[in-house]
Amino acid sequence: MDINDLRSLITVLGMACFLGICFWAYSKRARAGFDEAALLPFTDDDAPVPHAARQAKEG
Amino acid sequence: MQSQATYNYKVVRQFSIMTVVWGIVGMLVGVIIAAQLVWPELNVGEWFHFGRLRPLHTNAVIFAFGGCALFATSYFVVQRTCHTTLFAPGLAAFTFWGWQLVIVLAAVTLPLGITSSKEYAELEWPIDILIAVVWVSYAIVFFGTIAKRKTSHIYVANWFFGAFILTVALLHIVNSAALPVTLTKSYSAYAGVQDAMVQWWYGHNAVGFFLTAGFLGMMYYFVPKQAERPVYSYRLSVVHFWALIFTYMWAGPHHLHYTALPDWTQSVGMVFSLILLAPSWGGMINGIMTLSGAWHKLRTDPILKFLITALSFYGMSTFEGPMMSIKTVNALSHYTDWTVGHVHSGALGWVAMISIGSMYYLLPRMYGRTEMYSTGLINAHFWIATIGIVLYIASMWIAGVMQGLMWRATNPDGTLTYSFVESVKASYPFWSIRLAGGVLFLTGMLIMFYNMVKTMAGHRAYDAPVVLPAAAHA
Repeated sequence: MDINDLRSLITVLGMACFLGICFWAYSKRARAGFDEAALLPFTDDDAPVPHAARQAKEG
Repeated sequence: MQSQATYNYKVVRQFSIMTVVWGIVGMLVGVIIAAQLVWPELNVGEWFHFGRLRPLHTNAVIFAFGGCALFATSYFVVQRTCHTTLFAPGLAAFTFWGWQLVIVLAAVTLPLGITSSKEYAELEWPIDILIAVVWVSYAIVFFGTIAKRKTSHIYVANWFFGAFILTVALLHIVNSAALPVTLTKSYSAYAGVQDAMVQWWYGHNAVGFFLTAGFLGMMYYFVPKQAERPVYSYRLSVVHFWALIFTYMWAGPHHLHYTALPDWTQSVGMVFSLILLAPSWGGMINGIMTLSGAWHKLRTDPILKFLITALSFYGMSTFEGPMMSIKTVNALSHYTDWTVGHVHSGALGWVAMISIGSMYYLLPRMYGRTEMYSTGLINAHFWIATIGIVLYIASMWIAGVMQGLMWRATNPDGTLTYSFVESVKASYPFWSIRLAGGVLFLTGMLIMFYNMVKTMAGHRAYDAPVVLPAAAHA
């Protein structure tokens, strides 16, 4: 086998892998996980807690 | 209740402040070299000559300004979306001081003329080794934090930051491979056209991963946060990510059209550059459409203006880039100021604006405030910067196309219609307009610096408490 056959094979596998990712990303199965992940930036409120309020909470 | 653990904001704060400082320094050097083109007598002595200051400008804006912005935002986003503090805080502190040392060494060695002469990789081998050590530490901190996350998912912004960190390590180590001769001089491990190809494989992927993937990480966190709604389509973001990963690596040869590089390699580079239009625009649409239903916020929120305008420039320059990679277009555009205009459409419009928007989000939170000292000044910064960019890129487009047309014009007998110096003479008015654009952009950064100092004044550094596990299910 020529080294170029291996190179072609890698290219084809890469393409197949990418198409597989696309199908998976748009499948129903991935949806619930994505909906959950999309909310990650909002799971913690990063508005600063005023110093006094924070002390009261911790105290 | 026990005193709660807090996020590691210190390193984020340090990098955020230095983003603004290095932004001013790098852009000031840019303004100086733009002035040197208009008034050549400003090339004073060998240390402050255009040829030595130009790499100082590119290194300062890309690696000092852009780099600090990426460190700051990635450390912030990875902590907040993984609900945990940074892994190896000592190592994180080392990445800050190590990176600042790299920048200072660059600022000393480049004017001295110590250079490996590889574009965007000019620093000599001892500094390259320091960069590699800092970068590996960065990877350990970032991926270590991902590994100890309290959430089940890895948010998409972290995928982009992770790809940026991994790829830049690979690019830097391969392209910087060299044989040292003295402490300040080395020779590339590659020769001839292979050296050129390795250099532009590095160069274009530095654009793709340092200047794109990392800043897309910012986009996927700060645009949803500032718009207060989740990203338009999460699955599009997944496809966007993998499409960029699979295609970017191949686009480098478009920097070497009509050179000794084999013709088929040039064609591969051109085709992959054209394919890149699709994922780039997918990402841009995903970012902009996140505002769908909340467009009115653009009217009142200057931070959102920065973020969304950045995405518009991202769309523009990722349309322009593939067009310029077409060989016949490249025959006109290459080596002209059109390239310079294209780069700044991406660098000022996309990279700087998304960073500035993200910094305006981060800075007040680093000092326990909800917003910057003055929202009016953010708005002023936005308009001054936008006008500056438009002046810059419009003048460079006109100058570039004009230069390309003048250089290729021939008389009926086959001789050149114009001498090179005639194209230089014709470029002067446009170089002056470019200088004005650059001065405006720098002015915006000075306003930002004032706003930052006022925001910090009278407020203590603040570290937010780590979110409690219970909150994750709320």
